[in-house]
Amino acid sequence: MKRKTANRISKKAPLRPARRSIARHARKSRVTLMVGTRKGAWLFHSGPERREWTIDGPHFLGHIVNHLMLDPRDGATMLMASKTGHLGPTIFRSTDMGRTWTEASRPPAFPKVSEGQRAQAVDYTFSIAPAHPSEPGVWYATTCPPGLFRSEDAGVTWAPVAGWNEHPMYWQWNNPDAGTPDGAILQWVTIDPRDPAHMYLVTSTGGVFESRDQAASWRPLNKNVEVSFIPDPAPEYGQDTHCLQMHPLTPDRLYQQSHCGIYRLDRPGEEWVRIGRNMPLEIGDIGFPIVLHPRDPDSAWVFPMDGTTVWPRTSPGGRPAVYRTRDAGKSWERQDGGLPRAQAWMTVKRQGFTADDRDPLGLYFGTTCGELWASADEGKRWRQLAAHLPEIFSVEAATVA
Amino acid sequence: MMRVLIPSQLRSYTHGASEVAGTGATLEELTRNLDVAFPGIRFRIIDEQDRIRRHIRIFVNGDAVNTLAISLAQSDEVQIVGALTGG
Repeated sequence: MKRKTANRISKKAPLRPARRSIARHARKSRVTLMVGTRKGAWLFHSGPERREWTIDGPHFLGHIVNHLMLDPRDGATMLMASKTGHLGPTIFRSTDMGRTWTEASRPPAFPKVSEGQRAQAVDYTFSIAPAHPSEPGVWYATTCPPGLFRSEDAGVTWAPVAGWNEHPMYWQWNNPDAGTPDGAILQWVTIDPRDPAHMYLVTSTGGVFESRDQAASWRPLNKNVEVSFIPDPAPEYGQDTHCLQMHPLTPDRLYQQSHCGIYRLDRPGEEWVRIGRNMPLEIGDIGFPIVLHPRDPDSAWVFPMDGTTVWPRTSPGGRPAVYRTRDAGKSWERQDGGLPRAQAWMTVKRQGFTADDRDPLGLYFGTTCGELWASADEGKRWRQLAAHLPEIFSVEAATVA
Repeated sequence: MMRVLIPSQLRSYTHGASEVAGTGATLEELTRNLDVAFPGIRFRIIDEQDRIRRHIRIFVNGDAVNTLAISLAQSDEVQIVGALTGG
């Protein structure tokens, strides 16, 4: 039944941009990749055909850059989440494609508490996200420990969002003893393009949460998402959602790559379906990122990693591939053209895989070994853009005029 | 004015200076005054709960301190150190 629903959604042709306008867009535009690494940021600028790339960087060499992103609303404001081994976390801003940067005057920070209260301090900002198009200049930031912050001046000053950070269930949803090796994180925020008050949050210790009042209140949305290694394998919260994607043309369609599998949810439904069960058994459905096709709600890509024994989370068998579905997870196809055939133990983290908006779609992923890979044909063939960057945390793509 | 020694990690804030002049009756006041002169510098070394960050050390006249509630005299020398090993 759910599969029929998926197919019907995929045929909503009027939602798709006209092919002619895409082609005109493609001729004029170039792609810029923004790569955040453990030791700085790099930009990669494409030519119009995405065959030639120029490398711009390092920016902030030695700084830990979890994420950087260009505002798609103004095409000019770039924000970067940064800290260093010694120094506390901050946000840098550029309005000239990274040529010059200024620091936020008030970076994300929790309120100071009185003596005896539970004190939190931002360790690092994990992600930054532009808010709804109807709110120009508004951004959200998510942090470790799990905190949600909002800026209303294009990233200059940031304020905590009490609806999450002071929620009565905060300490249950954000178990301070759980989370990633780098601490429990609030991973990112996703906003419904139809309604700025409708938001989803993703955490490493609670799973997916939904708000319908612009972050004032939240509720878990994790039904059927497994946590296979605890006594209750499908709790109300406690999941580790690695990546959540909402389809831009069909915002009721959600995909997630969880710690324990790949899932799809079609709202207003409440029950996730483990579409990763349809992956080849020898590959499994463990991984970090999931990427959607911006013009096809039934198409998605994952980067499977080994989740057996001690969970190495490297490409299964040392043979890296992305897997694509064209039918909302009913079936998956292997895409490994141009990728190494053996002894390549790649790990791609939560924010390390992305797509541009060109036709055919460009795909990009960065590995913890510092390799940046690109495909200009929707995953059929891959080529290496860089081999020796520091550990890659995030890759974002922006189309620029 | 007291001498404040700035580590390499923070010299982007002090326009490259390894030593600056500071004022304040306490280390708390000194860090707030430094932030007026060099905006942003304080939050990189002191967190929002007014704790010295984990990989920052501060020495007053050669003695390590672990709180901002330290009285200072104009003749004191304050050294900020980035303290971290590993790669």
